[in-house]
Amino acid sequence: MTQLALVIDLNVCVGCHACVTSCKEWNTSGDAGPLVDLNPYAADPTGTFFNRVQTFEVGEYPNTETVHFPKSCLHCEEPPCVPVCPTGASYKRKEDGIVLVDYDKCIGCKYCSWACPYGVREVDAQRKVMTKCTLCVDRIYDDALPEWDRKPACVRACPTHARLFGDIHDPDSEVSQAIRENGGYQLMPEWGTKPANHYLPRHKTRITVREDELERADNPLKIDSKLPKPGRDEPSLDDVTSW
Amino acid sequence: MHPAFSVIFLTTLIGAGQGLFLALFTVESYGLLELVPSQGPEFYAHGSLLALALLVLGLFASFFHLGRPERAWRTATKWRTSWLSREVIVLPAFMAVVFLYGLAHWTGFNPSLGTLPGGYNVLATVLLGALGALLAFALFLSTAMIYAAVKFLQEWHSPLTVVNYTLLGGASGFTLAAAYAAWAQTDLVSFLAGWAIILTLLALVSRAASLIRNARIKPISSLQTAIGVKHPRIEQKSQGFMGGSFNTREFFHHRSAGFVRAVKWAFLIGVFAIPAALLALAMLMTVDATPVLVAAFAVQYLGLLAERWFFFAQANHPQNLYYQSVA
Repeated sequence: MTQLALVIDLNVCVGCHACVTSCKEWNTSGDAGPLVDLNPYAADPTGTFFNRVQTFEVGEYPNTETVHFPKSCLHCEEPPCVPVCPTGASYKRKEDGIVLVDYDKCIGCKYCSWACPYGVREVDAQRKVMTKCTLCVDRIYDDALPEWDRKPACVRACPTHARLFGDIHDPDSEVSQAIRENGGYQLMPEWGTKPANHYLPRHKTRITVREDELERADNPLKIDSKLPKPGRDEPSLDDVTSW
Repeated sequence: MHPAFSVIFLTTLIGAGQGLFLALFTVESYGLLELVPSQGPEFYAHGSLLALALLVLGLFASFFHLGRPERAWRTATKWRTSWLSREVIVLPAFMAVVFLYGLAHWTGFNPSLGTLPGGYNVLATVLLGALGALLAFALFLSTAMIYAAVKFLQEWHSPLTVVNYTLLGGASGFTLAAAYAAWAQTDLVSFLAGWAIILTLLALVSRAASLIRNARIKPISSLQTAIGVKHPRIEQKSQGFMGGSFNTREFFHHRSAGFVRAVKWAFLIGVFAIPAALLALAMLMTVDATPVLVAAFAVQYLGLLAERWFFFAQANHPQNLYYQSVA
């Protein structure tokens, strides 16, 4: 069975919000109609987004780390939002595991949003129906697009390649390997929702620089050694060039 | 959670309607067993009409909770999994039975459907009443389970939620029944007021139990599990947007802690203390107790509005972990 999902690498995400704007743009101009923005230029703007990037500070100054944290629907394997829906508008597709809302059946009772611990469903204030991430279901199956382009808009937009997309039930897929090899984890595992989307943890990146890497040993003109080498008390190279 | 007045009115109005119907059927059952003086058909007919009016008002209020009320008929389709769907089925069924119960009494169409050993006649109204009572309890269960079934709203996820909805609905319904009995000049005032006091006190015990339980709740989710970073100190710096959103509006009451505390004391006094005192006073009165009992119901109903507001406001949704800081 297929379970499509996103794998988000928190070690790489720089919090640029490209995925947010790309998601908004694609889904606003998509089949489902616009994701509303109310008072976009007034005092109290609000709008519907499928995807948000939040920022957390971990640790205590000065030993802090900034974690940029993109969050959209996790397409749970046991989605709590689906059984509570009184109309069947909220459903999980058997063929690929995507959790979707049938906008023509939704009555806007908001019960599914109460039943989602992650807060990833948002009522569209204009259409009065519940909306959520579709994994760009209208992109990933679009035969008119070249095959490399059949990915969610957020994945295509990410400049640091922090987002991977694929089938987490296929052990050989890019996402399964990433989860396996990088300690991928799920959000709020305590509720048994089994989110399909996984996150890759941040980790310390270290490189060892050796002496011969600082001076290019294979440079026939030996230019490196001709550079000025200021003494300890003299201005450094950067200071010299910043005259 | 954000307390929506549509849901507050829905749950309190139908709760009182269910309780009133249960009170009517209690009177009829006791009357058959000759434990209380039996009443004329108008008593049940008018009482059913009053209960039906409350149920219709509640149903009307519920539509304001829907973004697309014109599609409300679809809500009956997922009764296998959704308690909301079950409520949507049980409520009209209960309303229909209350209507038929009142109609049967009003028209006097009350054939005997057989005789039980011991010589008791099985009357059509008694059968309807029993069915209605069953549906009333099914409706209490369905309404309360909508909230009790959401497991990560820990304040709601408890059998106490079901017990509270049932007892509070029963208490307000019996208080109203006592007022109605006094107005209809029956000799049932002490009987119904006595039951109303008992139910009010039982509801106090179970509501207090849930208040104590909720005060001791330890949240299962934390920022650590929410973003999957195992560090004791995590602080949100940005929630990803600076304007409002559905997430910031729907899952928080937007009131001060002092206001919420004040509402708690208001409902403890309004739902339990004052009505119990007024009901006891009415039982001791030798003159017409109608105004006292109407006041008891009015105070209790206003108290229930506060109680339901507090019920929603107190529930802390784990999604709020993701929306703690704007900048």
